[in-house]
Amino acid sequence: MKAIIVGAGEVGTLIGRSLSQRNDVIVVDVDDHRIEEIKYELDVLTRVGDGTSGEVLEEVGVGDADLLIASTDDDKTNLVACGAAKTIGDPFTIARVRHATFKRTWDRTQRAFDVDFMVCSDLQTAETIVNVIGLPAAIDVDPFAGGLVHMAEFNVSAESPITGEVVADVDHFDSLTFAAVFRDEEMILPRGDTRIKGGDHVVVIGSPQSVQGFAQDIEPDKTPGSADDIVIVGGGEIGYHTARILEDRGFSPRLLETDERRARQLAEDLPGTLVMQHEPTDAEFLEREHVHEADILISTLDADEKNMLVSLLAKRIGTDRVISIVDHGSYVQLFEEIGIDVAINPRIVTAEEITRFTHTDVAVNVAVLENDQAEVLELEVSEGARLVGRTIRDIDRSIDADVVFGAITRDGTFIAPRGETVIEAHDHIIVLVEPSFVDQLMAMA
Amino acid sequence: MGGYVNVEWRASLGLIGTVMLYVSIPLTFPLLVAIYFGESVVPFVVTIVVTLGVGGGLRFVADVRDDMGPREAFLAVSIVWFLVAGIGAIPFLVGGQGTLAHPVNALFESMSGLTTTGATVLDDFSIDRSIMMWRQMLQWLGGLGILILVTAILSDLGVGGAQLMETETQTEDVNRLTPRISATARLILGLYLGLTLAVIGVLYGLHLIGLAPNMTLYNAIAHAFTSISTAGFSPEPESIAAFTPIVQWVLIPVMLVGSTSFVLIYYTIHGDPMRLLTNDEFHFYLGVFASFSAAAAILIYVFPELTLSQSATVRHAMFNVASILTTTGYASMDFTDWPHAAQNILFLAMFIGGMVGSTTCSIKSLRWLVVLKAFKRNLFTAIHPDAIRPIRVSGRPVDEETVRDIYAYVLLSIVIFFALTMFIVIDGARAGIHPSEFESMGAAASTFLNIGPAFGMAGPMDNYLGFPASTRIVMIVLMWLGRIEIIPVLVLFTYAFWRS
Repeated sequence: MKAIIVGAGEVGTLIGRSLSQRNDVIVVDVDDHRIEEIKYELDVLTRVGDGTSGEVLEEVGVGDADLLIASTDDDKTNLVACGAAKTIGDPFTIARVRHATFKRTWDRTQRAFDVDFMVCSDLQTAETIVNVIGLPAAIDVDPFAGGLVHMAEFNVSAESPITGEVVADVDHFDSLTFAAVFRDEEMILPRGDTRIKGGDHVVVIGSPQSVQGFAQDIEPDKTPGSADDIVIVGGGEIGYHTARILEDRGFSPRLLETDERRARQLAEDLPGTLVMQHEPTDAEFLEREHVHEADILISTLDADEKNMLVSLLAKRIGTDRVISIVDHGSYVQLFEEIGIDVAINPRIVTAEEITRFTHTDVAVNVAVLENDQAEVLELEVSEGARLVGRTIRDIDRSIDADVVFGAITRDGTFIAPRGETVIEAHDHIIVLVEPSFVDQLMAMA
Repeated sequence: MGGYVNVEWRASLGLIGTVMLYVSIPLTFPLLVAIYFGESVVPFVVTIVVTLGVGGGLRFVADVRDDMGPREAFLAVSIVWFLVAGIGAIPFLVGGQGTLAHPVNALFESMSGLTTTGATVLDDFSIDRSIMMWRQMLQWLGGLGILILVTAILSDLGVGGAQLMETETQTEDVNRLTPRISATARLILGLYLGLTLAVIGVLYGLHLIGLAPNMTLYNAIAHAFTSISTAGFSPEPESIAAFTPIVQWVLIPVMLVGSTSFVLIYYTIHGDPMRLLTNDEFHFYLGVFASFSAAAAILIYVFPELTLSQSATVRHAMFNVASILTTTGYASMDFTDWPHAAQNILFLAMFIGGMVGSTTCSIKSLRWLVVLKAFKRNLFTAIHPDAIRPIRVSGRPVDEETVRDIYAYVLLSIVIFFALTMFIVIDGARAGIHPSEFESMGAAASTFLNIGPAFGMAGPMDNYLGFPASTRIVMIVLMWLGRIEIIPVLVLFTYAFWRS
């Protein structure tokens, strides 16, 4: 597959890294220094130029490209790049936007601006935050098969009740598969006798209820209900969408915003949220509003240092769980090291979402785990495919790669995969697989 | 323009002149009634001539090219209401029958009519039926607001029309049903006409099937004019007590409809009833009606001053609460005979009124709703001083400036009410009449808030002749002030209005 990426910032680079493993990738950016760096970072073709210009796009061969990803920091540039590409050829166009207004317009027809798929980074980040809140201890949550299946990655703390247990004892759920354990940045395929250690990242695939149940096993005290007190700090777009999605799910969050006019606007737009206008780093104020008793604090301010300050302050006064936005992808690890429970980088979230849609021919859905050490795919098995009629044990033996069958849905119902389960045509299978084997597996489905 | 005055008053005069010309049209209706009943046509012929003369004259001196801004709208609205009331008094003066022959009484009756107050200075109801019909007709003209009628007719007013409607109704945004303001006004006028015709049909229908012997076509028209406009004049000296209980039952929903936002009624008729049914102000207004009716019924029942059957108790409680709450001012019985506690319920209802955008007067439900919500918000922010809580009405936030305006309006209304009460007490004492405090408060609220009847000597079966002429003159001004919601008149008396 031939893919063109317009914009070689963090998002474009992340996508380029993922795509270049099995596709021909061309990266276009106006910044020649950045292009120079990319040449040595990634195995891709590069071109300095304006991705919205027809000449540049023609030159890099958009006419026979399968995919164009517009991932610059500027919404309008991305939209124009998609429109320009469609005048020359017919690639599948993916645009990254920040502002939800473009996304809402696009959602009306799913074709607007000549964009075939649109990822709104603010919205995507807010959804990720809410998913992480819904499942405590989860680092990542992705729905598959229209929500019938959830994939979640959990951070198991040293104090967790399951620490020190073996997988066979912990797995008392009918419809849950332990897909992978990441320990010290290494992937382990769990077996019944694998012992879980503190600090492990455990990836499970299963029905939403069993994933929720497992989440409760990991952190029994932290399972949120509608009575839980959630505080959002920062009323930017991410803070706003987070509050809105939480409202939709029956929560009544509190939202702190410093600017008076913005606070008023938020209060008008969010009837189920208590908006407060105050400086969030004022410890006295946090005390007065009992923020230390809050179950969850989400920091969505516009600068990393502010987010870090607020998060540390909240941790210090005793807030249970602190989630923070991190603008620089390289700081994510730092944030988590100093005790912030989950650090979310909007660019990584966006890149992941876009990568999910780069396997459009067969895969419906993809989640990328731990710097692309593994991917979780949803495949629809076509009639006459090599997988049809074989048991999972049989398939496992014939494959020389790390593959875990996480879940199967058949006619809209969930099936827990076992060794003797036979794959049928039109099944949706959710599998965890190492990136280098994705194309081979897709050919089998 | 003249160097000192900064108001394009000639533009206002042009509009006023045009309104005068149009007022001659409704005057032809009582003229036809006079011809039909063989009564004197002189009062109406004279009035039509005067109206055309004044209108033509104003148009002559006016400069119609000038723009209608907010100041010109304030000026035009204030003057139009006063001038039309003056015109309305001419048939009473020229007719020269009974108490109405006196100029103060003629203007009082006309202003009370036009402002849909319904306070009367008529002691003998056996005047010409054409004069009586003019009295009813004035209320119908005033019901929706004169300037909405004008905006509906004058499509070339354009933006100025929106200015006028907003000034007259004092609503933040006139709910536009169409992009063109004159088309919106026409839709509302059409609705008003339709509702009036429907009420005539129902009332006369009751007469035809024998359920309302004295509800003749004349009475059906006369009462349709003053019920849907929540105005309250009746050609019968006993008001609605003169009719059968079924008529009273029918008029309760008519008054309530007249007090419901016409825009929301329009949507309901056109297949979108949810806008009305989910409207907070509508809930509040119906809630007040239901609870006040229940309270009045219980108080009448509990205190033994009055012996009524249970059904009559419920009917009279509901009718008179609806009448006062909607600022109509009909009476199904002499409620001054009610136990004092029940009369106090009516007194309280005077201050509430119906919905914004209807024919109702008084302070209006929306303002009270906002005040109550703001108060509830203040209790919350006392505990959470940093919380930002917009006040929402029907889910939509109300901006803080509007909230402050509403607070100010409610306070101003109450201050004016107390000032008028004091004036009535003092002026009464001067004239040796000595009205009681409750009588004075009732009369002050009833005239200033455009309801009509009050308590004691100004009760529904009595009239305002008991008050000295000086009091009646002040009441004329306050009916005018209350009907156009104070502000347009008061700004005329500020220095800034004319100069800066």
